[in-house]
Amino acid sequence: MVKNFLGRFFEKFYVGLILLFLYAPIIILIILSFNSSKSRAKWGGFTLRWYKELFKNESIMNALYTTLIIAFLSALIATIIGTAAAIAINSMKKTPRTIMVAITNIPMLNADIVTGISLMLLFIALRFTLGFTSVLLAHITFNIPYVILSVMPKLKQLNPHTFEAALDLGASPVYAFFKVILPDIFPGVLTGFFLAFTMSLDDFVITHFTKGPEIHTLSTKIYTEVRKGIKPEIYALSTLMFITLLILLIIVNRKNAEKKQIVKI
Amino acid sequence: MTDNKLINLVNITKSYGDNVVLDELNLYIRENEFLTLLGPSGCGKTTTLRIIGGFETPDKGQVIFEGKDITNLPPNERQLNTVFQKYALFNHMTIAENIAFGLKIKKKSKAYIDDKIKYALKLVNLDGFENRMPNSLSGGQQQRIAIARAIVNEPKVLLLDEPLGALDLKLRQDMQYELIRLKNELGITFIYVTHDQEEALTMSDTIVVMNQGYIQQIGSPEDIYNEPKNAFVADFIGESNILPAIMVDDKLVNIFGTNFPCVDTGFGKNKPVDVVIRPEDIDLVKPEEGIIKGVVTSLLFKGVHYEMEVHACGHDWLVHSTDLSPVGSEVGIWVDPFDIQIMNKPESEDEEAVEIEL
Amino acid sequence: MKIRNILNTRTPKIPLQKSVRPVIGNRHTKWLSFPYILWMAGFIIIPLIVIIYYGLTNQDKSLTFDNIALVLDPINLRALRLALELSLISTIICLILAYPLAMILNKSKMKSNSFIVMIIILPMWMNFLLRTIAWQNILERTGIINTVLKFFNLPSLNIINTPSAIVLGMVYNFLPFMVLPIYNVLIKIDKDIINAARDLGANGIQTFLKIILPLSLPGVISGITMVFVPSLTTFVISTILGGSKIVLIGNVIEQQFRIGNWHTGSGLSLVLMIFILFSMAIISKYDKDREGSGLW
Repeated sequence: MVKNFLGRFFEKFYVGLILLFLYAPIIILIILSFNSSKSRAKWGGFTLRWYKELFKNESIMNALYTTLIIAFLSALIATIIGTAAAIAINSMKKTPRTIMVAITNIPMLNADIVTGISLMLLFIALRFTLGFTSVLLAHITFNIPYVILSVMPKLKQLNPHTFEAALDLGASPVYAFFKVILPDIFPGVLTGFFLAFTMSLDDFVITHFTKGPEIHTLSTKIYTEVRKGIKPEIYALSTLMFITLLILLIIVNRKNAEKKQIVKI
Repeated sequence: MTDNKLINLVNITKSYGDNVVLDELNLYIRENEFLTLLGPSGCGKTTTLRIIGGFETPDKGQVIFEGKDITNLPPNERQLNTVFQKYALFNHMTIAENIAFGLKIKKKSKAYIDDKIKYALKLVNLDGFENRMPNSLSGGQQQRIAIARAIVNEPKVLLLDEPLGALDLKLRQDMQYELIRLKNELGITFIYVTHDQEEALTMSDTIVVMNQGYIQQIGSPEDIYNEPKNAFVADFIGESNILPAIMVDDKLVNIFGTNFPCVDTGFGKNKPVDVVIRPEDIDLVKPEEGIIKGVVTSLLFKGVHYEMEVHACGHDWLVHSTDLSPVGSEVGIWVDPFDIQIMNKPESEDEEAVEIEL
Repeated sequence: MKIRNILNTRTPKIPLQKSVRPVIGNRHTKWLSFPYILWMAGFIIIPLIVIIYYGLTNQDKSLTFDNIALVLDPINLRALRLALELSLISTIICLILAYPLAMILNKSKMKSNSFIVMIIILPMWMNFLLRTIAWQNILERTGIINTVLKFFNLPSLNIINTPSAIVLGMVYNFLPFMVLPIYNVLIKIDKDIINAARDLGANGIQTFLKIILPLSLPGVISGITMVFVPSLTTFVISTILGGSKIVLIGNVIEQQFRIGNWHTGSGLSLVLMIFILFSMAIISKYDKDREGSGLW
C-alpha cells in the first residue's frame, strides 16, 4: 500500500515537473509583459504601459495584420483544397490511396528549411517578386497536408452507408455531399482549419526565406530584434494572443462538453 | 464432477460509484463443473467473473480457491486463465508466440513449449497455424486461438467471458460443441458467462441465473427450464406463459376461473401464485376435450414447430406444436398436471428484482 | 443432447472475405484531388527539382559537384557533425522524458483525453521564437536562474551559448511532439490485452516489455521522426541560444542563402536532404507494418 502511494506521488511529481518545464517560459513572458523595467531579469514594477504602446507601434501592428491575414487566408484556401483532396483520396482504391497518403506525408517530414529554400528558389527562378503573395503561397503549401490529415480520420469514421442512403432518397451526389457528408466531417474540417491557422501563425523559417525585403510577419519581426533586445510591446502582444487563443479553446471545449451532455440525455 | 468445492465466493459486494453491481453474493463452484453465469446485461455476471479472475477486487467479501483466500492476489498469480470477449490476442506476435506466452513466463523448455503449441493447435483444429498473424484469421479462428492460449497453461479453472458473442449463428453452435468436447478432454472446470439462454442450456452442468446483482436460481439446465423458481427465471429461460393464479389447495390451482390439476404442494390454501406453462406443454384438442376453450388468433411457421396464439379466458396463450390449428378455429387447451409449474409471487422488491408485465 | 463426433467439428475453410465497403462518391470523386495534386506538383516537387538544379550547377550553368563537396570543408563538416550530435541527444532525451509521461497520462483517470492533449499542446501556442528567447532570458548570465542562484550564494550556471543550451532548446520545443504520438498509441491499446498478459502470468515489467513497448512502437517512431528532423535542421535555436559561436549545419545553409550564394547553399541543402532520407530509411525499418501514427 505504501509502495502504491509512493508510486502515485512520484508520478504526480514527475508530471508537475514536466509541466513546470513546459510552462516556465510562458509564465515568464507573461510576467515580463507587465514589467515596467525594460530589463529582462529585473522586476521594475507592474505596468500596463507596454500594452498601450503596442497599439501605437506601427511596424509591430503591420506585422500583426500581415500575420493574421496570411494565416487566415492560407488556412481557408488550404482547407478548401485539402478537404476536397481528402474526400477524393478516401474514395480511391487501396493502391492510389496509399500513394497519395505517402505524398501527403512528405512535406511534413521535410525539414522546413528545405521547404523554405526550395520555394524561394522557385520564385526566384520564375522571376516572381518575393512579397506577400509568395509568403501566402508558401503557407498554403505547408498547410494543406495538415488539413488532409485532420479530415481523413473523420471520413474513415463516417458510416459510408449514409451517403448511399441519401442517394437512395433521391439526392444527387453533390447535394448528398453538402447535406450529409460535410456536416458529419465538419469537426475534422474545423480542426484542420485551426491547425493550419496555428501553423501559419507560428511559422518562421519558411516565411523567412520567402518574404523578401518589404513585409514582415510577427515571427520575422521578432527575429530581427533578437540581437537588439526584444521590445516589451512584443511580450504584451504575445500575451494577448496567447490569452485569446486560450479563451477560444475554453469556449470550444465548453461547447463540446455541452453537446456531449445533450447526447447523453 | 465431484462435490469438491473448488472456488467459494463469500459475501461479495462490488459497486461502481453509486451503482451497486453485486450485493453479498455467495456462490461455490465445484471441480470439473461447467458452470454458466446467465443473465441480462448489467446483472453482474461479468463483474463476478472478473473478480474470480483477479481483474477487479470486491469492496467486501472473499474469493476462496482450494481453501486459500485469493481475494487480493493479482491475476498473474492465480491458477486460472481467461478467454476474453474480444479475444485480446497479441496482434504483434504470431499465433505460436501468442500461445507460448504464458509458458515462456513460466520458463518452460523450448521442447516443452513446442510440444504444447502443437498439442493446443491440434486440440482446437488449427494445425499448422503457428506462423500466422492474428489479424489474418477469421473471428472463429481467433476465438479458438484465444482458447488455445489459455489452456496450454493447464489452469485448474477456465474463465470464459461471452466468448461466442461476435460469431454468427452456425459458427456459434459449432463452437458450443467444441467447448463441451474441450472440457471433457481437458477435465477442468469451466466458468462461462453469457446472456444467451440457449447457449447456457446446451453446454452447462449448472446454470446460475442472475439479475441486478442477485442470484435468482441455481440448478441444472433441466431444473431451471422445467421448474423456474420465479417469474424472472421463467421469462428469461425459454418462452413461457406466465399467468397469475390462485393456489386453491395442494395439487389444485385456479387459473382464470378454471381449476387445473397440478402436482405441486405446500403453497398454502387460496394463496395468489404465479404459474408457468411452457408453450410446448400445451396440447390443442377438440374444444370439448380441453380444460378451457379458446380461439386461435395467430399462426406462424417456425420450422421446428408452429407457433400459435390462442385467446382463452381473456388471455393470449402461447402454444408451440408440430400440428397446426388454423386461425379462427375453436380449440380446447389441455395441460398435463406435471407441466404446470407453481411459483411464489414475489413478496418484496428484493426477491423479485424485476417487474414483469404479464 | 448429443455431442457431435470429434472428427465432424472441423469447420470448412471459408476464405476471409472483407465486407464490401461502399464508397462515398462516385467514379468522378477522385478528380476532387486535382487541385491538390497540381499544387503539390507545382509547389513541392518542382521546387525540389530546382534545388537539385542549383545544387548541381555553377553560376555559368555548368554541371559540377563542387557545391556538394563543400560539405567536406572542415567548418561545414563540423557544423554537420555538431547538428547530428545535438539532434540525436535531444531526441533521446525527449524519448526518455516523454515515454513515462505518456504512460502516466494514459493511466490517469481524467475523463477527457483531449484535455490532456490540450495541456501539452498549449505552450506551443506562444510564438516559437519568443519561447526560445524566454529560455535565453532564463539561462543568461544575468538571467533568472543565475539571479536566484546568486541570491543563495550558489555558483552560477553558465550554459548559455553552449551546446547544452541548444539541446535544452530543442528538447523544450519538440517534447510535445514526442509525447502526443506515444500517448495516442497507448490509449488505443485494448485494456483486455493487458489483462490477457497478466492472466497468462506476466508481471508488470514483463507486460511492459513484451506487450506495451512493442505495441507502442509506431508512436515512438512517429515521435522520433517529428523531433529528429526539425532538430537536425534548425538554425533558429542555435542562433538564439548559442550566440554566434555555435554553428550548426542549418546556420551554414542559412548564411549561404543570406549572402546570395544559392548554388553552394543548394549543394549543402542536398547533402542535408540525403541525411534526412537516410535517417528516414533507417527509422522506417522499425516501422514494419507501415502503420505509423499521427499527432492525433
